Amino acid sequence: MTTSPAVQFRKITKSFGPVEVLHGVSFDIGAAEIHALIGENGAGKSTLMKILGGYQPQTSGEIVLEGQPVTLRSSRDAEARGVVLIHQEFNLADDLSVAQNIFLGRELGGALLNDAEMNRQAADALGRLDVQLDPRVRVRDLSVPQKQLVEIAKALARHARVLVMDEPTATLTTRETDVLFALIRKLRGDGVTILYISHKLDEVGVLADRVTVLRDGAVVFSGPAAGKTPHDLANLMVGRELEEMFPDKGRPSETEALHVEGLEVPGWAHDISFTLHAGEVLGFAGLVGAGRTELFEGLLGLRRHTVGQVRVAGRPIRIDSPGRAANAGVVYLSEDRKGKGLLVDFGLRPNLTLMTLEEYARPLLDIGAETRALETAVQTYGIRSGRLDVPASALSGGNQQKLALARILEVDPDVIVLDEPTRGVDVGAKREIYLLIQALAESGKGIIVISSELTELLGLCQRLLVVREGRIVGDLVGGELTERDVIQYATGLKAKAPALEVASR
Amino acid sequence: MTEHSAETSGTARPPLLSRLGSLGPLLGLLSLMIVATALNSDFLTVSNLSNVLTRASFIGIIAVGATFVIISGGIDLSVGSMAALIAGSMILVMNALGAGGGGAGVIAIGMLCALAIGAGAGLLHGTFIARGRIEPFIVTLGTLGIYRAVLTYLSEGGSISLNNTLSDAYSPVYYGKVLGVPFPIIVFAVVALIGGLILNRTRYGRYVQAIGSNEGVARYAAVDVNRVKVITYMIQGVCVALATLLYVPRLGSASPSTGILWELEAIAAVIIGGTALKGGSGRIWGTVVGAILLLSIENVLNLTSIISVYLNAAVQGVVIIVVAFLQRGKRS
Repeated sequence: MTTSPAVQFRKITKSFGPVEVLHGVSFDIGAAEIHALIGENGAGKSTLMKILGGYQPQTSGEIVLEGQPVTLRSSRDAEARGVVLIHQEFNLADDLSVAQNIFLGRELGGALLNDAEMNRQAADALGRLDVQLDPRVRVRDLSVPQKQLVEIAKALARHARVLVMDEPTATLTTRETDVLFALIRKLRGDGVTILYISHKLDEVGVLADRVTVLRDGAVVFSGPAAGKTPHDLANLMVGRELEEMFPDKGRPSETEALHVEGLEVPGWAHDISFTLHAGEVLGFAGLVGAGRTELFEGLLGLRRHTVGQVRVAGRPIRIDSPGRAANAGVVYLSEDRKGKGLLVDFGLRPNLTLMTLEEYARPLLDIGAETRALETAVQTYGIRSGRLDVPASALSGGNQQKLALARILEVDPDVIVLDEPTRGVDVGAKREIYLLIQALAESGKGIIVISSELTELLGLCQRLLVVREGRIVGDLVGGELTERDVIQYATGLKAKAPALEVASR
Repeated sequence: MTEHSAETSGTARPPLLSRLGSLGPLLGLLSLMIVATALNSDFLTVSNLSNVLTRASFIGIIAVGATFVIISGGIDLSVGSMAALIAGSMILVMNALGAGGGGAGVIAIGMLCALAIGAGAGLLHGTFIARGRIEPFIVTLGTLGIYRAVLTYLSEGGSISLNNTLSDAYSPVYYGKVLGVPFPIIVFAVVALIGGLILNRTRYGRYVQAIGSNEGVARYAAVDVNRVKVITYMIQGVCVALATLLYVPRLGSASPSTGILWELEAIAAVIIGGTALKGGSGRIWGTVVGAILLLSIENVLNLTSIISVYLNAAVQGVVIIVVAFLQRGKRS
């Protein structure tokens, strides 16, 4: 060892209030290596990354950059030391030009800006990436992969020596991903260290030199990526054989639970038709931005939409608001728990009963009955909280999610749409949620699961519909339920038979 | 399922301290009363306190309505000019009906008119805000100008006076007492009690809080957000009308300067009472205390000569900013 590692994490812990999310994380990232950081949602990847990027301080422990222990007080501080983080949601001002974005916050020139010099240097930075892009173009007019390249150029212009990339391929097609990988390898050749965070396990083997697996806020593996199959990594991430993680799939009945025909959500979903049976767990797969969430928000009346016909349990109904939907027995759990799922400042009791308050109005609200309902729900769904009179924000992610689930189940629905039901949830709670979904299906409810975790969809669902650019492009059952098939449909390599015919002509 | 049962047991809050914090407005009022009594012993007389409370009743009733609007995440800046318009309109209606004498019936019709105008104005605000998706600040800033201009037009720049016979018949509404308690104070107490009951013990009140806490969550939880919001502005309008119809006999007239700065006092009372300006949580009793506190300040300025009473609005302005400063950071 002639050089010290680019980054060393030493016993990093992080607590949010009473909840510790990182428990003494230690591992090294070698200089000029591509290091993959993987783990399930809620494993602590993004928290660790934010600590390295200077966005949040660690509770205890130490970060060592090139042998020097450092304290990163802000993202500016981290950038000054050559650590630059590229967020999944780009950090670009859409109305400024490429060059203006690259120099945002450290513009060249005195009293007047030196635009010519900034454009020249921006062109240089883009040139280093072999990218042909006019630095005077407005960022708004760029495509997603181009924006990503601007982010990388921006990082390089800040003399990044450690580049942290958060799921850079989440919104890219296969071809665009290949281009990005070539670029990442080129950066490694130039001596840049890359910490690469991803959900896609097959990418790890292709790209990374070394890999670190986080599970529930602790390192469970850190070592060479060579020789680790996606299956090995998946098992490391969940901490048990994948097969044990998911309960046995039941059999759907022949009874129709929900039938949708010709649903249109302008800008998001087109000509969507499908049938869900009682007792079925039906998955909706697709890339981020494919329109799955918007499709169901439209169906529930949360977005402008038109629809040919909707039948719930065989009866045609019109759904124009979530209230109508709930009355018809259709409920939806949002993927955005803090924004649309739970009132985090509210107590557990009003959160639980928000959709079923009429049951407690006599006409004044019967707080005692509400409290009894909460006690029952806490037992039924295994919501763990030291006290019941705390705000929802005091619960861990998994328990918050169980509470959100409990609320929609209070309605006693027949059709349950779950959007990312295990986002930001630890492995233990995840399994409990899977068991709950299975139990609900067995009791004859129809369940739709939207998830960006393929393992979850493949483990839970008897049937998968793949959505691409707002249309259902694949309908997979039985032996077709493989990661490979789903990805091919989701990225457009494969399409439903009729579309394929057109393409071959 | 029991393996992590102690997971969040470390969250026991210090109940004493947090309870003391929520008593802030009451402690503020008590200390003000002690200081006021020390400065001028006339403060703590029955007649003075009754005077303070009667005057606090007008702002207090309006502020109860404002509590609903603010908890739901909205604001109504128009209450002062709405009060002026309601006062002028009801006087015009009563004068027209009661030209040949008139009595209780005419006054009752006038009161109904007042309530209808208040509810109608609230409906208008709520509809523009909830269904038209315009910022509440803008809508009510606009109507603030409109209402006062309409009154100025109706009064031709002067004042609209209630005729004398009606004025005599109407005066018990303000000057009357039940068991020695002035009538406005009784109405205030009843409005506050009903308001508190609606806010804390009905579905509607729960929905108001939920919307203020996070509108998205409420919408996704099947709450009819638009309807709930419209009703908060209607409650506000009805409260303004109630306060106004109590106030008319005292003044006997309405002019373009009626109700000026009432929005400042009403919103200040709500904020001093501990309701978060960004919505979500609040309490009626706090608003009641806030209104009494504000009027006590004015009273103290009147009774003592430390600060000129002409600076009353300035003192109120300082108080609201200081309280908002103290509230800052209570919610992340």
